[in-house]
Amino acid sequence: MQAIGDFLSGLWRESVKTLKILSRNKMGLFGFILIVLIVLLSFVGPFIWPPETSANVTEINQGASAQHWLGTDFQGQDNLRKIINGGKDIVLIAVITGVLSMLIAVVVGSFSAFVGGWVDSLLMELVNIWLTIPKFPLLAVLATVLALKDVVTLSVLMAVLEWPALARQVRSQVLSLKNRDYVEAAVMLDLGTPRIIFRELLPNMMSFVAISTIFAMTHAIYQQTGLVFLGIVPYSSANWGVMISAAERRGVLFNPQAAWSILAPMAAIVIFQLALVSFARSLDEVFNPRLRTSV
Amino acid sequence: MSEPLITLEHVQRTFDVKGQTITAVNDVNLEIPAGEVLCLVGESGCGKTTTGKMIAGLLPVSYGRILFRGQDIAALAPAERKSYRLGVQMVHQDPYASLNPVQTIADILAAPLQHHRFTRGEAETRKRMRELLEIVDLTPPDDYLDKYPHQLSGGQRQRVSVARALTVNPAFIVADEAVSMVDVSIRISLLKMFTRLKDEMGVGVLLITHDLALAKYFAWEGRIGVMYLGRLVEIGPARQVVGHPQHPYTQVLLSAIPEADPDVTRAKPRIALRSTDVPSLLRLPTGCTFHPRCPAFAGEVCAREVPALKRAGWGSDVACHLAQAHEP
Repeated sequence: MQAIGDFLSGLWRESVKTLKILSRNKMGLFGFILIVLIVLLSFVGPFIWPPETSANVTEINQGASAQHWLGTDFQGQDNLRKIINGGKDIVLIAVITGVLSMLIAVVVGSFSAFVGGWVDSLLMELVNIWLTIPKFPLLAVLATVLALKDVVTLSVLMAVLEWPALARQVRSQVLSLKNRDYVEAAVMLDLGTPRIIFRELLPNMMSFVAISTIFAMTHAIYQQTGLVFLGIVPYSSANWGVMISAAERRGVLFNPQAAWSILAPMAAIVIFQLALVSFARSLDEVFNPRLRTSV
Repeated sequence: MSEPLITLEHVQRTFDVKGQTITAVNDVNLEIPAGEVLCLVGESGCGKTTTGKMIAGLLPVSYGRILFRGQDIAALAPAERKSYRLGVQMVHQDPYASLNPVQTIADILAAPLQHHRFTRGEAETRKRMRELLEIVDLTPPDDYLDKYPHQLSGGQRQRVSVARALTVNPAFIVADEAVSMVDVSIRISLLKMFTRLKDEMGVGVLLITHDLALAKYFAWEGRIGVMYLGRLVEIGPARQVVGHPQHPYTQVLLSAIPEADPDVTRAKPRIALRSTDVPSLLRLPTGCTFHPRCPAFAGEVCAREVPALKRAGWGSDVACHLAQAHEP
């Protein structure tokens, strides 16, 4: 019990410290708050503003007004409401793809760096070959074969395609860290391999891992949007990519009044990406004590 | 005589570099009793750091044996392996690379204390950490515990490195150029700290340095060993090695140390080398490896036979064909 209590109070202290560090970087705080807002809106919003089920023929392709803040689409449905309901998929895809591909990359990359020798050479050669395959066309082909009905399957597939590039970067990080003097000191103090990996090595590459994860997330969002836009992934559910694709097909190019229908989801994607990237910038300070002004 | 703490028997270490074999350490024999201060001096590439790393168990030997309390460190039973692993610690040269930048001083010191159950509970750990910081002259200790390494100076970091080594109560510390990268003004106080560890806690110290003047100061009560191209060429009590150097290489090194008084330095006879080029480790000279540069070169025997390290005068062991076994 004592240990659990210690752990929880330690976790609490760490979180407060992290928030304090975050709050000192205006860009990072802005990104962090924006991310929290988008996630809240996407996961809680649908309960407050459920999706409209019927079309409103009288209100097709309208511009912004007091009634419809972001206008209406080709079915006369409110764009803002659609954006609130379409965020969940995007957030899920970003998180699952980003975290999963980074997890695989950390495991494979560190393993390769630690074992070394022919295992390392073989793994990295496979990664090299993998990197030469153009991912987007491959994803397009796979998507037709695998019938990607839900976001989770699509995210896992993207993660599986994405990890090799990250694994290479993780490997080089581990290679440069594992010969540091302080790792040697930990070996002499007989602290054990798990501690050396989790306390000496990983924390020193956390900022790299976190920032790469975030960039993998933004990449995943663009990829998903592209796939929907090309019509490769069936748009069974409503999300921002589906909104763009639908607006394009329903004549937004010929009807200037419908511009809101394509600009609104685009803006949503851009704002989410902006939030992620500006948050990534401040993560450096959280993980690297040298960059902090003081704690 | 009691059993030495560390014994090196015909220790050799080779490295393969691009298909060629470099012998970094060659046939080194050494006995270090518990609580002794020993300085290894030599120019860069002479194998002094490699020797230190082998003693600390960071590099395996290629040939020969290293014994810790009479046991070969390459073949220890688990319980003995632990006593060796914790018994011999090392302080690195670069204080800016030897501490994990994302951990506070308290994290760094608490890890070995808690992992090996030297202390129990947070309060006891903190108390022990304060004691350790006081031993290495970081006072008041509470000013340092919650700092990160980058907030400390080079000398302070080096003290933290020593405190970290002391967490596991070692019997022996290998200090690899441990004072070379800190300010000259800090060096003396660091060396005094090592001397105090020896006097008060009986911790043996092997100081590896390229600076003979520093070795002379530090090892005054102990021994100095001089290495040249992987071999130990002279070893003996510091006063004898400095006062009566017998190997020509040691003589040259000592003649090159400037004295505090410029007039004395100018008047000091300087022994000239026959060649200032250090031979490549890939193509070591035959016989005595020092013969191409040796000011006392005595002809064929030097170029043909490797001199053995044997007892010469004044209690020193010297590897030179010309050294005479005589007592003063």
